[in-house]
Amino acid sequence: MSAVRSQLPILQVLVPLLGAVLVAFLRRGTSAFALTLVVSWILPFVAGAMLLQVLATGPISYALGGWAPPIGIEYRVDVLNAMVLMLVSTVGAVIMPFAYRSVAFELDDSKEAWFYSMYLLCLAGLLGVAVTGDAFNAFVFLEISSLSTYVLIAMGPDRRALLSAFQYLIMGTIGATFYVIGVGFLYVLTGSLNMVDIAARLATVGPDQGQAVLTALAFITVGLSLKLALFPLHAWLPNAYTYAPSWATAFLAATATKVAIYLLVRYYFSIFGVAIDIRSLPIGDFIVGLSIAAMLVASFVAVFETNLKRMLAYSSVAQIGYITLGIGLANQAGLTGGLVHIVNHALMKAALFLAVGAMFYRAYTVELKDLAGIGRKMPLTTAAFTIAGFGLVGTPGTAGFISKWYLAVGALDKGWWLLVFLIVGSSLIALVYVGRVLEVVWLREPSVEIAKVRDPPLSMMAPLIVLTIATIYFGFDTEWTAGVASTAAKSLLGGLR
Amino acid sequence: MSAVASSEALIVLAILLPFVGALLIPLFRHHPNLRETVTLVTAALLCFVVFSLLEPVLAGARPEVHVLDVAQGLTLAFKVEPLGMLFALVASTLWIVNSIYSIGYMRANKEPRQTGFYVCFAIALGSTIGIAFAKNLFTLFLCYEALTIATYPLVVHNANAEAFRAGRVYLMLLLGTSLVLFLPAIVATWVIAGTLDFTPGGILAGKAGPAVTGILLALFVFGIGKAAVMPLHFWLPAAMVAPTPVSALLHAVAVVKAGVFTLLKVVVLIFGVDTLSALGQSGWLTAVAGATIVIASVVALKQDNLKRRLAYSTVSQLSYIVLGAAILAPISVAGAAIYIAAHAVSKITLFFAAGSIYTASHLTEVSQLDGIGRRMPWTMGAFAIGALGMIGIPPTANFLGKWFILGGAMQTANWLAVSIIIVSTVLNAAYFLPIVYRAFFCAPAAHAHDYGEAPWPIVLALTMTASATILMFVWPDIPFALAKLLSDR
Repeated sequence: MSAVRSQLPILQVLVPLLGAVLVAFLRRGTSAFALTLVVSWILPFVAGAMLLQVLATGPISYALGGWAPPIGIEYRVDVLNAMVLMLVSTVGAVIMPFAYRSVAFELDDSKEAWFYSMYLLCLAGLLGVAVTGDAFNAFVFLEISSLSTYVLIAMGPDRRALLSAFQYLIMGTIGATFYVIGVGFLYVLTGSLNMVDIAARLATVGPDQGQAVLTALAFITVGLSLKLALFPLHAWLPNAYTYAPSWATAFLAATATKVAIYLLVRYYFSIFGVAIDIRSLPIGDFIVGLSIAAMLVASFVAVFETNLKRMLAYSSVAQIGYITLGIGLANQAGLTGGLVHIVNHALMKAALFLAVGAMFYRAYTVELKDLAGIGRKMPLTTAAFTIAGFGLVGTPGTAGFISKWYLAVGALDKGWWLLVFLIVGSSLIALVYVGRVLEVVWLREPSVEIAKVRDPPLSMMAPLIVLTIATIYFGFDTEWTAGVASTAAKSLLGGLR
Repeated sequence: MSAVASSEALIVLAILLPFVGALLIPLFRHHPNLRETVTLVTAALLCFVVFSLLEPVLAGARPEVHVLDVAQGLTLAFKVEPLGMLFALVASTLWIVNSIYSIGYMRANKEPRQTGFYVCFAIALGSTIGIAFAKNLFTLFLCYEALTIATYPLVVHNANAEAFRAGRVYLMLLLGTSLVLFLPAIVATWVIAGTLDFTPGGILAGKAGPAVTGILLALFVFGIGKAAVMPLHFWLPAAMVAPTPVSALLHAVAVVKAGVFTLLKVVVLIFGVDTLSALGQSGWLTAVAGATIVIASVVALKQDNLKRRLAYSTVSQLSYIVLGAAILAPISVAGAAIYIAAHAVSKITLFFAAGSIYTASHLTEVSQLDGIGRRMPWTMGAFAIGALGMIGIPPTANFLGKWFILGGAMQTANWLAVSIIIVSTVLNAAYFLPIVYRAFFCAPAAHAHDYGEAPWPIVLALTMTASATILMFVWPDIPFALAKLLSDR
């Protein structure tokens, strides 16, 4: 038992990686799905075991291949990435049953097994980024997840998916290049690729090399901002989310950008923040400014979108703004709010994209005007959309409120009154774009086509319901969301110089 | 010990009962009589439960229930104090009467989607009780938003373009103001005071200067959109597209009273009357409330649609309660509390009458009501009593509330408030008495079709509330006792 326990960090990556290879050998969609389901359901237990261990006894360090860090690759798990691992693997597991019918419906039979293989590869990449303590290893995993994501998007039923995937490929590669240049700078400065080691050595570099440190910081910030779709580097995201297969969109929206955000937090608070006085740099204000722009501009654009997936995609850009806002605030309440919104937004947005995916499965459309009155025909799906939508708005009683509460407290702790109003102002815009949809889907008369639809089968309904209940549950019991986020924020801020 | 435990159980029961009712109602959707029985039984049980809390509260107990800690600063907890007790009594009692009325109205007008109507109604009442018993601002805010969302489907019940437009205004103004102004005020209160609990004497005393206190109070006054202080009152006339039982109980009692109740609670138990008066916050609030009272009355004067005239009257009357709070004298706060109850019973009577007229004759405009008092003597008699209440003259309970508010204004030498009350009394008379005059003393139009009184449940309901308006004047013991407890602290 303890032999397994000591191997947990590598299992987190190895299980989906091997799963991806095995699934690639399968022909039939059903057997590919079955294997993927098994793999997906193992991972939350691995992540959960690590989270409990980290909360009880502190960070875990795992030397890959027995080569001791900092020379060998180290996998290092603390509260922050245990939370991210738990989130990514749990979301993957919960929404997996939905894929069975949705993927079979939207993709050619011949592509199904490939889809699941690419998904597992993507999952392995995302979990790898979160688990590793090595800057270059993180780059490798980031690219594994990105490359497989391009394939997932390109498999979308609409031909425009190809163009979207290509667009993302270009932008994502630029981002990866910036990131790896930044890592290169750090390597030249410190001679190390181990994150803990970089932080320690960076603190001792001479003042004459300050410019080089800042350049590394800038490259990494831009590179990761592209990956996490920080406004105005979000241009790839709306198309990618709109044309990817419904299920892939739900998965990516909940996890992919979140992992890039995690990596940014890691660099700011565990590497640069430990080595230099990052709070004296204007970068926090810079991030806050861009976050506010994201929250307002992207929300505003979402109001005018007629395609539901695209509307939710713009909403994602805005909600990512909330998360980066917390990072920019960099105080206890603010950072807690940002980190907890990683979890809360993942749950709510996955629920919303699944609901839209279910509507597409039944009604073959995600255009708002064609979905008039669908609430009467798909009441459970639309109710789930409604609840998760109110979560986006941040009404009390939903997880979204908790995030906004911490962010607003964080802003006031800094004495930034105006920021509080910008945060709630963005909620107001969210109310407009969510309310607009609710009015059409619930109150309009159904058309002839819509009159024939009904709620999707249980395999699609169950994940949606679980996520919706989670949206409400985590609006009341926040021990495992805000509680963990608060612990992580405390240790991150405590380590700052 | 057991008394305490049973009080706690009663609080939980009071909040859960309407929600249980809301779950049971759809089960009987194919049996309208059983379905309405569920509503009536739930309402009666709720009323009984709320009344059994009255005795301990009058005896000085403040039973409370701690449900759970949500996050730092956010606790879900309920506590019964005198003002909340009064509000819960009013809401739960009138729910019974309103349910009787709803049954008559919805059936006579053959309204569609009745099951959904009763479900939303029950949820709205549950949220209202939650607001009444909330122990802290977070719990109140949660129930406040739930009330908005639960009443939205009732506003758009008619499912036509006008209803959708009204629904949009309703949702945007109520949710919008609460998210953009009310929530920041709550966050700021937490950051400044370190607690959100309603506490006698307030929690902000000595913690915030005049400027911050003034901004905070303004955020609360305008953020609590349900209180319909101008210029954020538009949602209330818009909401009149809803079926009349909704206008009657929700938009004359539960929703709007939740607004002024919250405001009163914030003034008394978050800021503290003494703190506000020491910081000189009375003036501008008096002016805002006064402007709302006078302007809304003038607008009401010009409305020909009966329900819209009533709506503007409500806007105006709500600000009496805000004014009672703004005067910042204990006696005027007590007057405001009494006025919450008094205005509730008299305004619901007026709406019942408007719905009764519509059901019997399909008339909606004031100018069509010539001679209607002869065909519908019960309805118009009740209307006349309600109108007297609005004007605030004996023998209606409103007079008592107004008297105390006026007393507070005199005591604090707030002559602006005194003159507002006098002017508005004249205005109230000017827009209500002509209706009564028309109904009883003008000859009906020659081509009028034949109709008589509305169905008996409607007549029964409006007779009950009209009598209550007078009975509360004769026996004002319960509201007096609760209001006195409020100002004692």
